[in-house]
Amino acid sequence: MTTVLSHEKREVRVVDVPVTGSPKRGPLTRFVSNLGNGAVQVGLAVVAVFWLMPVFGLLVASLRSEQANTASGWWTIFTKPAELTLQNYAELAGNETIWRSFLNTVYIAVPSTFLVVVISALAAYALAWIEFPGRDWLTVTVVGLLVMPIQVALIPVAKLFGALDLFGTIAGVVLFHVAFGLPFAVFLLRNFFTGIPVDLVEAARMDGATEWVVFRRVILPIAKPALASLTIFQFLWVWNDLLVALVFADQDSAPITVALRSQLRQFGANIDLLSTGAFLSMAVPLVVFLAFQKYFVQGVLAGSTK
Amino acid sequence: MTHALRGRRSVAEPGRSPGKAVLFLLPALLILGALVVYPLVYSLFRSFFDASGSRFVGLSNYVETFTDPRTLIAFRNNVIWVVVAPVAVTCLGLILAVLTERIRWATAFRLILFMPMAISLFASGIIFRLVYEEDPERGVVNAAMVGVHDVFASPSPYPGARPRSEFDASEDGYTGTATVSRGGVVSLPLVGYSRQQLPDSARPVSQPEAGGTEVRGAVWLDVSAGGRPGQIDPAELGLPGLTVELLRDGAVVSKTMTGDDGRFTFPDLGPGEFSVRLPADNFALPFRGLTWLGPTLVTPVIISSWIWIMTGFAITFIAAGLSAIPRDALEAARVDGATEWQVFKRVTVPLLAPVLLTVFVTLVINVLKIFELVFVIAPGSVQEEANVLALQMWQVSFGSGGDQGVGSALAIILFLLVAPAMLYNIRRFRRERS
Repeated sequence: MTTVLSHEKREVRVVDVPVTGSPKRGPLTRFVSNLGNGAVQVGLAVVAVFWLMPVFGLLVASLRSEQANTASGWWTIFTKPAELTLQNYAELAGNETIWRSFLNTVYIAVPSTFLVVVISALAAYALAWIEFPGRDWLTVTVVGLLVMPIQVALIPVAKLFGALDLFGTIAGVVLFHVAFGLPFAVFLLRNFFTGIPVDLVEAARMDGATEWVVFRRVILPIAKPALASLTIFQFLWVWNDLLVALVFADQDSAPITVALRSQLRQFGANIDLLSTGAFLSMAVPLVVFLAFQKYFVQGVLAGSTK
Repeated sequence: MTHALRGRRSVAEPGRSPGKAVLFLLPALLILGALVVYPLVYSLFRSFFDASGSRFVGLSNYVETFTDPRTLIAFRNNVIWVVVAPVAVTCLGLILAVLTERIRWATAFRLILFMPMAISLFASGIIFRLVYEEDPERGVVNAAMVGVHDVFASPSPYPGARPRSEFDASEDGYTGTATVSRGGVVSLPLVGYSRQQLPDSARPVSQPEAGGTEVRGAVWLDVSAGGRPGQIDPAELGLPGLTVELLRDGAVVSKTMTGDDGRFTFPDLGPGEFSVRLPADNFALPFRGLTWLGPTLVTPVIISSWIWIMTGFAITFIAAGLSAIPRDALEAARVDGATEWQVFKRVTVPLLAPVLLTVFVTLVINVLKIFELVFVIAPGSVQEEANVLALQMWQVSFGSGGDQGVGSALAIILFLLVAPAMLYNIRRFRRERS
């Protein structure tokens, strides 16, 4: 869903705070404050470890043999590091279904992202810089669509895709992702585009540039950071999807989340396949996140989780 | 991007060629119209028709939605989610965001907590499915609970062992049906325990002699090759370290422990009839943690995984708001001698209120659409108990249900639930633009 990140001017209010102690800080106060800081450091370190542990646990589980996972917990590796093995990954490499679904994930995520960025950039330009009747109304509609639950469209679009022979195809999944990626994308880019100085656009128009040239030569180069944020955000959003593909993909076009889902029934018995498969599917988002975290965080802050 | 949002609010200057707007807008309008707006209208119509889609049934799909027990559980769970989860994440995010301002590695900290946002809800579900596995040899939460539990409560010596016969089982333990008076002998053959698990100190048992003024007896494992049930056979071992109680009229009058050969002796307690009891804590099964993924705890468990995912978002969002608070206001309060808590309560939180509200609304919408986590974490057998509207909608329409009329009604209900947020966003947008 998309939130409107606002930075309204905040008034500095006069705040009435009762005076409870001397403003001068004695050595005791300093000691207590240092102690407090130490506690904060330790507390936050514990929180950070807590946050990493679940992922670490799955990673270790994926690096232990099926027998080892059945016999003891992943934390056993602290005493028996020799148990670590790449055997599960070797087996995963030979699993054709998983590999095909991994490729499907790429075939779904890349075109979806590309189409959303291109189509939304065009629309955002019109909303930001071209005067036409109903422009405000259209912009408000886009803002309204930001939180639209995809459940609303599942049944009708399934019917529509059935009629168009798109049901169970990668193209169908891509189209659906594009549709539900657009409101946020248009909103984000429109906000950025309206922030571009008028002079730049006007100067180009004075020189006789067409709207298309203004869009290509003036707006897009300036908007690179926003386009990067959008690209990464949209890519991860589609990459991580389960529900859309669950409805619209068939066995041959299923992405990795859907392919792994069928193994869930026997969670305990399939932990070797599930943990390695989950890491295969997480590897790409994690690399993208670590490499472009600034853009991703900005994208999420502006758009959060649809 | 952020600086655009930060409100360099130069008013968009109209272009000179309005006709061209259509070309720029056409692809987006076509796709949004066909795959978002039209489906909304269609779903609304469809929700008034039956499963086959051919018969108009009025509001009966909605009536069914509000009377079907499965859907009602989903409603109940959605209420629990909305009440608990966003508040928890907003508070946690606020506290951590304020605390991270006091450490040097704030960026690294936020990065770690933000990381779950990058991976799929599906993968997060698998991660937490493993975390909460019931077997303490696999699930880390139960392993930790068992570890802590065993520090405070020593494990019972003979879990699962039980007397062969002639005993009444109760919550307190096994009480002998026959009575004994002073000078008597009690034989307590036990079964249901493996010989290999006996402590090394266990010695072969022998029949205690009757006589004297004491009550004597032996507790042994009545299991051996060719052994006679209820009789002491040569190869059979006593059970050392087992607590035995002597009762008179149902009250414990004496307590003792068996020796290495399984024998025990009660001192002379005067005349009367006694009975012998083996207290239950001799045989208590070891603590194995909680059934996290069972019907009672599954929703709290899934909420905890959602908190793990969303807290990083709340921290980052709130931290951005914090950095916009004028330092002077905080410093002024501190110079006036306010404690950190007072600064937090009277300065930071009031100034952050709009940001907190936005975070909260975002989280509520996210919670209403929760699907994957429940789908993955709740095992099939308890999915009904963990059900939420978004999952129920999928199940009714595409899973086992096969009723797209009710499915459409659920979709429309979901839409109506997020509609206030839609209006909130539009109003905000209008306000910020003016």
